[in-house]
This record gives sequence, C-alpha cells and structure tokens, in this order.
Amino acid sequence: MKKVSLEVNGKKVSKEVPDHTVLSVFLREVLNLTGTHVGCDTSQCGACVVHVDGKSIKSCTALAADIEGSKVTTIEGLVSNGKMHPMQEAFKKQHGLQCGFCTPGMVMSAIDLLNHKKNPSDKEIRDWLEGNICRCTGYQNIVAAVKEAASKM
Amino acid sequence: MASLVGSRVERKEDKKLLTGRGKYTADVTFAHQTYAYFVRSPHARAQIKNVDTSKAEKSSGVVAVLTGKDIANDKIGGLIAGWRIKSEDGSDMKVPAHPPLASESVNYVGDHVAVVIAESLDEARNAADLVKVDYKVLKAVVKTDQAMDSENIYKDIPKNLCFDWLLGDREKVKEAFDKADKIIKIDLINNRLIPNAMEPRAANADYNPSTEEITLYTTSQNPHLARIIISAFNGVAPENKLRVIAPDVGGGFGSKIYPYAEEVVCSWASKKIERPVKWVADRTESFLSDCHGRDHVTHAELAVKNDGTFLGFKNETIANIGAYASVFATVTPTYLFGPCATGVYKMPAAYSNVKAVFTNTAPVDAYRGAGRPEATYTIETLVEKAARELGMDPAEIRMKNFPTEFPFQQTLVHSVDSGDYNAGLKKAMEVGDYKGFEKRKNESASRGKLRGIGFCSYFEACGIAPSAVVMSLGCGIGLWESAEVRFNPTGNVTVFTGSHSHGQGHDTTFAQIAADRLGVPLENIEISHGDTDKGPFGYGTYGSRSLTVGGTAIVKACDKIVAKGKKVAAKMLEVNESEVDFKDGEFIVAKSNKKKTIGEVAFACYLPGTYGEVKSPLPEGEEPGLKETSFFDPGNFSFPAGSHICEVEVDPETGNTEVVKYTAVDDFGTIINPLIVEGQVHGGLAQGIGQALYENCHYDDTGQLVTASYMDYTMPRADNFPEFNLGFTCTPATSNPLGTKGCGEAGAIAAPPAVMNAVMNAVGTEVSMPATAEKVWNACQKMNKSNSKAA
Repeated sequence: MKKVSLEVNGKKVSKEVPDHTVLSVFLREVLNLTGTHVGCDTSQCGACVVHVDGKSIKSCTALAADIEGSKVTTIEGLVSNGKMHPMQEAFKKQHGLQCGFCTPGMVMSAIDLLNHKKNPSDKEIRDWLEGNICRCTGYQNIVAAVKEAASKM
Repeated sequence: MASLVGSRVERKEDKKLLTGRGKYTADVTFAHQTYAYFVRSPHARAQIKNVDTSKAEKSSGVVAVLTGKDIANDKIGGLIAGWRIKSEDGSDMKVPAHPPLASESVNYVGDHVAVVIAESLDEARNAADLVKVDYKVLKAVVKTDQAMDSENIYKDIPKNLCFDWLLGDREKVKEAFDKADKIIKIDLINNRLIPNAMEPRAANADYNPSTEEITLYTTSQNPHLARIIISAFNGVAPENKLRVIAPDVGGGFGSKIYPYAEEVVCSWASKKIERPVKWVADRTESFLSDCHGRDHVTHAELAVKNDGTFLGFKNETIANIGAYASVFATVTPTYLFGPCATGVYKMPAAYSNVKAVFTNTAPVDAYRGAGRPEATYTIETLVEKAARELGMDPAEIRMKNFPTEFPFQQTLVHSVDSGDYNAGLKKAMEVGDYKGFEKRKNESASRGKLRGIGFCSYFEACGIAPSAVVMSLGCGIGLWESAEVRFNPTGNVTVFTGSHSHGQGHDTTFAQIAADRLGVPLENIEISHGDTDKGPFGYGTYGSRSLTVGGTAIVKACDKIVAKGKKVAAKMLEVNESEVDFKDGEFIVAKSNKKKTIGEVAFACYLPGTYGEVKSPLPEGEEPGLKETSFFDPGNFSFPAGSHICEVEVDPETGNTEVVKYTAVDDFGTIINPLIVEGQVHGGLAQGIGQALYENCHYDDTGQLVTASYMDYTMPRADNFPEFNLGFTCTPATSNPLGTKGCGEAGAIAAPPAVMNAVMNAVGTEVSMPATAEKVWNACQKMNKSNSKAA
C-alpha cells in the first residue's frame, strides 16, 4: 500500500492505495470520479485522458503513486461556476458526441491541443486526435467542435 | 408556436455526458458488491474433461467459484436463437445448446467455462488463474467456406449446417438467365468485423433477499428483451422479480441487442450468494466474446441485356454464424439480407440462397446494417462490374433500372411505399461534382496518384417491423413499440419509450415530437427509457426502428392525451366537445375565444372536483389523471434509400488508399432533427469506410483470434476521413404519421461498395475488403505487369 497525495480538480486528496493502482482506477474507484472512462487495456482508445499538471495523458498509463503531488484535472473539473468550458459548449453546439463514452477523453485531449496551438487546421486537429477513438461520430463534428472552441478560447 | 420538428435542436442529453455525469453500467456501485471474472476457453474447440476449482476456492477474497455443472444443476436455461428459419427442403434450422457456462465442450476462444466471484477484481482475476480446466483439444473449424466440408462440431448437426435457405424462384431465374445477352459474375468476401462500441459490455446484478427481486444493470440496447429472455428462457427469476436497467450505454451497433452469458450468470450468481455481482469486460474480452458481424462468402450473378437492362439475379452465400446461434443470428443473413440483395432495381427474377454454417469462432449476429450492408455490397459491386463490362456509365446503368413508380413491389419480399431514386442519384452527382471528376483525376495523376470513383445506390428495409409479417417468417417476438405519455399534475410531461437511446439522441428527438404534438416547451418534457420498472414493455433499439416505430407510438399516445383533454376542456369551458379545437398547447373555443391551456387541463384531471378557487369537475364517466399509452405496430417496413459517391486516391508506390471525397445523398423521409441525422450519417460512413479499408477480424487456422486488441484490429481514427458532403432528398414514408424512414444504418450500408468501387476504378482490378495497402499495392503490381505485357 502506498499513500498518494494529489490535487484533483482543485481539491487536495490523500489516499492509501495498492502500489499498482493506475490513475484511472484511482480516479474512478477511489474518488468516484467516473467521468473518466476506460475503453481498452492497451492505452489505445483515449477515453481516459485527463490533464496532469496541465498536460493531457492517458490516465490508464500512469501509476497514481508516480505522479505524487501533481495537479490533476478531469472532465468533472472543467465546469466552473456552473458553466461548461468552451470546449464542452462547442461539443454540444456542434453535436460532437453521441453515446458520450469517448467524450471526456476527447474533450480533455482537444483542450490540450488548443493549449499547444491556438488555431489548428482540420488536418492538425485530426492528427492530434489520432490517439482518441470514437465509434459513433465519424469525427466530423468533433473537428467542427474543436474549431468552434478555438474561435472562442 | 414554431414547429420543433425539422429543427437543429441541441441535444438535451449532452450536458451530463460532457461534464462526466453520465452513468454507465461500469459506474454503478452497490454496497457489499462482489466482482466476477470469467474463466474462458483458451481453445477454439475442446471437450471439458474436468474442472478443478479447489485451489481457486481457497484463494484470498474468493466468495464463490461457479461452473457449468452448477448452472446446469440449478436448471438455468441456455441462450437462445430468436428467429426460426426453415431450409429450402422445409426442415427446421438446427441449433446447438448454448449453456451460459459450458460443462461438456467449449466451442470458441473466449467461451465461458466458470466464473470466479471475489471481494475485489484483483482477487477474482488471480483466483481465475487457479481454476484448472482439463481439456481434450479438438481440431477447430474456422473458415467460412470450408465449414461444410469439415468435421462436425456438434454430433447432430451434419456438415455444420444451421440451414440452407432459399428466397425466390430458381426456375424463373434460370429462364431469365437463358434470355440474357451477358452474365456478370462475382465472388466476394464480406469481411468479418468486430463491432467495438467504445463502452465495453458490463453487468451489475443486485439480488434483494427481502423482495426476492433482482435488479440487473446492463449495457443493453434492449432491456425489456433482456428481461424476458433471462426470465422466460434462462429461468433466473420470474419477470415480475427481475428489473433490468440499461442506464447510459456507450454505443451498441447491434452488439448489445441481446443478453449474453455474463448477464445471465451475474444475475443467477447474485441470487445464489445474495450479494451484488459486478462484471466489466476488458477490451480483449469484448473482442473475444461480443457478437461479431458480417462474414459472408458470396457468389452472385447478374443477367443483363446489352443495353444494360437487368433481367435476373442469383446469390449463393455461405454465412458464418459462429459457434452458437445468437438471438438475431439467423435472421441477419436471411430476411435482412436476401430481399435487399436485388438492390434498388427492377429485377424481373431473383433468388437468394444462404447456407448458414457453424464454426469455432465467436457468435456472429447483427452489426450496424445487419444483412443489408452485405446485400448492398453484393449487388452494387456486381452492378458496377456490369457497367464496366458493358462500357456504360455507372450512373446511367443504375438509372436505367431504377423503379419510378411507387408503391414499388420489390422482387423478393418488400412493397416499397415511396422513393425517388433518380432524384437521389442526380443530386449526389451534383453535390459530388461528378462532371469535375476527370479534372480531379488528372490533377491526382500529376502527383503520381491514381484517383478512382465509385457509386452506390441502396435501399434498406428499416422501421423493424410489422409483427404479423415477421412472425409469419419465423420471428419469435413481435416488433411493435410502446409509449406512455404521462402528464404530471403541475403540467410537465414524462414520456416513456420502450426503445433505448445509446447515442442516437432520443431524449431530444422524441421530446421535439412530443413538444410539437402537445404544445409543451421542450424543457418541460423528459424522455424516459431503459428501465423495465418504469415504462411499458418495448422492443428496444436496432434496425433503424426507434423513431419510425417508437416515435409513432409517442405520437399516438399524445393524440390520446389531446382527445381526453378536449373532453375535459369542454366541461371546464362549458361548451360541447365539438366546439373545442386544440392548437399550440391550448384548447380553444373558436366562437368565444375562451381557452384553457393543456397544463390547466392536466391539473384539472388530477383535481377532479370543486374546492375553493379550483373548479374542475371532470365530464361524467371520465377517469381522473392524464396518462395515455400506445402500442404501435407498423403496417409495413420503412425504406430509406440513397446514392453515395466516393473518390479515393491510391498511391501506387505504397498501395496506401485514402478517401479524398465522399458524397452521401439520402432519403430518410421526414427529418425531425437534422443535426442528429447528419451525425448518424457521419458515424455510419466511418464504420462503412472502416470495413472497406481498415477493419478485419482475423482468426488463425487453430481458431485463435489474432485481432483481439486495438493494437491488432484497426479502428478508424480521425485522420482516416475527409469531410463528408451530405445531401438529402425527401419522400415521406406512408406507413407512419411522421413520414420518417430511419437513418442509423445508411452510412454503414452504402459506404463499403462506394469505397470499393472507387478503389477498383482506381487500380483497374478487383480488390477484396479491407483494401489494405498490401492488397492494393499487389493489385497495382498485377496491373503494371498485365499493362506491360499488353504493350
């Protein structure tokens, strides 16, 4: 067992967990932040993407103990004062989600893209999102949502 | 009040899904819950000689280890095939027993042998490794086209043949072929796919010893069907003691229509140990044990006149249905496939003969389009080949054979109520700038690329389905749909539907319909689905049926509300009922302009008397309350149709193929929410293009699934697609009052032939799906050689 202390969505948390607990399990099972989804076992699908110290990572690939002291933002942490993040708003407006399962990871990944590049081209958006699989949307409205968010952020 | 039908209304369900507040089955946690881990067969075919659970039982945290013997001792029934197909010779289909946990033999890699239930998932998984199963490994039957010539998997099923089915008239086809100027022949493989909804299947069953009721949370497109099967066939609990809840579900595409072994086992085990039992598939389990799709080997022929007129069609197909017959496994390659295989054309004579075979692979069942993509791929590659061989334009040969008068009696089964196929194809050619293709081709050539163009015109039978028709064809269930519209006393509305939404946006589309019909603001309408304890029985979501069948039930229930409301309003307004009109949420007396809102009328229905200021006596004989139910059984299928045009660029140096332009023009009848419909088309196209270029399920010769992870099975990514050009035509359906036809499957149906016809047009020779770089490169090499020989 290992004590892990993190700041998650602005709140300090400290929990005793088995050494091998990955961040996605820590968030879902220990903190009940079930907005972070797990869609595969090989770090391919991207449904579990969160931000650690401002950068997007697949939370199934990081041991919670390995990021001790970090600031973690999950999909639940994007809403501020009851208002959705511009990326969340844009996904709604452009119908960038259907079943919603890949959506949290997709949104977190897209926000990190805009942190890197303010006004990405369609190709840059599609290339960046290569690590996030969506089975419902055919990606077209996701690309539209990211462009819309880029114009608002 | 402006009509909401036809408006691009943003989805009501989005906020929860976008903020991490969705609740999927894996998110459901009960106090004192246990965790299930399944022991699965590592062999494709083996006899089980012994299962030794003694070590596992002693392992840390283990609550129970249950095997096939335990489930048989408790008389839990097997999984079922829901549609009885008869062979051409009149005999019934043959299906093997399918116990939820195997006790005698295992028949595919991933087949369920035992379940370990423990205090934690880690403990369950560790103990599962300690279950010792003694197998006698047998030679596996794997290949679709060799199954009938292989050893029998089941001793009473000769040639591994489930059925040998015929639809159509062989004699008439022979006569038509005798008259033909030319016979076009084609051999095709419709590649096997793995549906891959992003949410892996999961179940959490909670037995309540006090009420003796099981509540099963599950990833289902169809919770009512799950309940009736788990009750009536598996015998786990009576229907009134089993509540099935499918909360937010992360995609289905057919693979979550029917209950699987895991749901039966978790429910049964929960009752046995009197604690909740939770199971969540990991992705490899999903690959191994979700029902797969397609997997046909087809030989088809088209008889034509030199002017391009079609005279007859024959289709000989072997369909692999895997190790067991899943719920819709037998209808998918028959009645969903055969009738549509003649395509969208006048075809004087036709038959489809399908031999369904068992193999030692995962069960194959409905996957987006279910039978219709296979049908459309067959006819549309054949038609394109006919155009090539006759030297005709691919659009011209199609238009020559389109029906122009509706209703159109299609050759094999369907009476198509409405359509305008010429308009669709013409619009596609316009939207896709067909005229400019040669110029684009030359431009591609200047960069060393081969550009090809491919057409697909399709129709599909959706709005599944008229119960009397499908039952006469062997279906073991009805396929109507239910709705209950419940006015709450304060005037807001809850609409219950027996269909289920797992991405399709019913919360919004159905609310738009009810809002228009009742004149109640959208935000005051809640759509409720997915809980067998809430709304009436229904048949769930698949076959592009929810709006056409379930939406119509909502319309009918709303109409009943308005009819009762008129009576109540008349009493309140002290006029005859015939003097009351209903418009935009108000009951109005035209001559006096006196009115009551539907909210006031609803309130009156719950306060049927006079009390101080409240004066709302109900008309004599009227019951209080305002709640109406409708069960709608359609009179016919609905028939979406359209034409898609794809352009690809092939790099002859690498074989890499890219879809560079894609135009889809579809006729879905009336469109309620264009935003949602466009999204459905995009998603279907991605899956269809995925089948054509990327996806392929591969078993090796011993029956091991080679493509059992996202490292091995190519899922289409964002950078695999161009921006799709969509267009719509509209001929409203006449079989339902909304005029809708369904849109969920169109993309997956039309895209594979459109893409493959484009690939073949680019490289000049036949290529099979998926058109991987290796196959396309080899095709280019072959063409180079034959071209240089010719020179």
